[in-house]
Amino acid sequence: MVHFKLQAVSDEELKRYLYPSHNSKPMHPQPTVKELEEKAAEIRMGILEIMAGGKRGHLGGSMSIADIVAALYFHQMKVNPKNPSWTNRDRFVLSKGHSVLAQYVALAELGFFPKEELKKVKKLGSMLQGHPDRLKTPGIEASTGSLGQGLSIACGMALGARIAKRKYRVYAVVGDGESTEGMIWEAAIFAAHYGLDNLTGITDQNRLMASGTTIVGSLAPKWRAFGWEVTEINGHNMAEILDALDWATTIRNRPAMIVCNTVKGRGISFVENNADYHHCALSAEQYEKAWNELTQKGGLS
Amino acid sequence: MQKMMDMRDAYGETLAEIGVDPRVVVLDADLSHSNKSDIFGTKYPERFFEAGIAEANMVGVAAGLSLVGFIPFIHTFSVFAVGRVYDQIRVSLCYQNANVKVVGTSAGLSDAHDGATHQSIDDVALTRVLPNMTVVVPCDCVEVRKATKAVYEHSGPVYLRIDRMPVPFVYESMENCEFKLGKANILREGSDITIIASGYPVSLAVKAADQAQKEGISADVFDVHTVKPLDQKAIIKSAKKTGAVVTVEEHSVIGALGGAVTEVLGENFPVPLKRIGVKDRFGESALDWNELMGAHGITVEAIVDAARDVLKRKKK
Repeated sequence: MVHFKLQAVSDEELKRYLYPSHNSKPMHPQPTVKELEEKAAEIRMGILEIMAGGKRGHLGGSMSIADIVAALYFHQMKVNPKNPSWTNRDRFVLSKGHSVLAQYVALAELGFFPKEELKKVKKLGSMLQGHPDRLKTPGIEASTGSLGQGLSIACGMALGARIAKRKYRVYAVVGDGESTEGMIWEAAIFAAHYGLDNLTGITDQNRLMASGTTIVGSLAPKWRAFGWEVTEINGHNMAEILDALDWATTIRNRPAMIVCNTVKGRGISFVENNADYHHCALSAEQYEKAWNELTQKGGLS
Repeated sequence: MQKMMDMRDAYGETLAEIGVDPRVVVLDADLSHSNKSDIFGTKYPERFFEAGIAEANMVGVAAGLSLVGFIPFIHTFSVFAVGRVYDQIRVSLCYQNANVKVVGTSAGLSDAHDGATHQSIDDVALTRVLPNMTVVVPCDCVEVRKATKAVYEHSGPVYLRIDRMPVPFVYESMENCEFKLGKANILREGSDITIIASGYPVSLAVKAADQAQKEGISADVFDVHTVKPLDQKAIIKSAKKTGAVVTVEEHSVIGALGGAVTEVLGENFPVPLKRIGVKDRFGESALDWNELMGAHGITVEAIVDAARDVLKRKKK
């Protein structure tokens, strides 16, 4: 029997792999807020392109997390597209798995897989499934899609880092509609009890579920009551997102939750705050109007 | 007096033994004293985690731990280990092929006192239909030790089913028990009928075969410790030899061992067959486990009766 050795990584090893902005010799200069806003805009345009030709997709929720995903993948997280299974990478779990289109665009942009693959989303045999599949898609850390389960998986990853004395951080994006699931609150209790301070939760509080307004109400007070450190921000303001992500890393002995107030469908006027576009197909006219809005604004909010 | 031992004790001791591997982590949903996962917890407190009465989260946390390189063993009673968290097992474990071992104790009717809410008659059927899942139902304390080590060495999700009560030894010693996941053990060889059993009822099947022998009925007796993947080859081969089959399990006759054997033989070599187990109904409270097993028709006598029945049908 081969025993797997668990050991802490050296700072040198950590620095060697950091990607990109945490590198002591950065591969790229530290991205500015403006550059990250442009990345978010690219993600939104990428999501729309996936839905070209009347392809159905979870448009609303993907648009609402675009800024968060841009901040995580192009600034905050240490990941290595050339070695997706690098042991000390930060982990991203999309608990609200239906919003994976935003993540696919970011992963393709970083080079986890060729951008060509984005044209094949959901096609039979494609590596890009309707919901995240860690066995099919490089860069996907956990298979999710049945709501409520991803946060627990993130807790396990964070607990694992602690047992193995590893320094990676775990990020979990949770929907507010998803937070109606009881399992989310089981995970909340667990993370608080075990003081998982290497876990950053991010709630996409867009106030809409598939059938209309969520029934769960405001989430920040609930997370506080469950023993998490909580901050509430505008989830479309890049500077606020970056500050909050940094703040979370300073918390000790407790998990941190960033409640992001967002707009479902952000960036496309007729999709914004409209639950009809939770999962939808766009007509040719709608697609053109959406494209014009995203590109004219440069996709900037 | 026949030597008996509680499967949970054998399990707990073995779990603590494999804890020498630092990848092994253990979670329990507030039943560690009963499940005997507390033996591991005392030995390796840094790798034992009380999940509280929150089974769904326990499954998810275990999935996350497995994805970063650990081998989690999670514990609760069988009723809560499967049915209560079915979708978590389906998506977070099986769909992503997470290397997590789900250990359900107090299986079948073995928690006689607590009644139907605590008696698992559907757990093997539920886990068996899940892709990537391996389902292991050991029959005695020797096999529990072998099975625990085998599921630890196996990569992928496993459901391991453990009874609550002292059970007789089917195998005399560790050397006496060959154990390979997916390979049924033959305990008696005969030519008239085949008795296929899993779990504690394997010992009943052996006694039934000895009793039938006195009537001149000779039986193949199989201990099918791995209900999935099923040892189809051995079952078909024996059915071709004897032409009559009885299945026995501490579970509903629908969907588990009886169902699996029926599917395999139905497609490959149909023979007269009878399933012994819980007949599509819930359990109930009883002060004595054997009395409850009797009330549900899972007895040596019932197996012998079934043997006579399939033999008669074969001869027609």
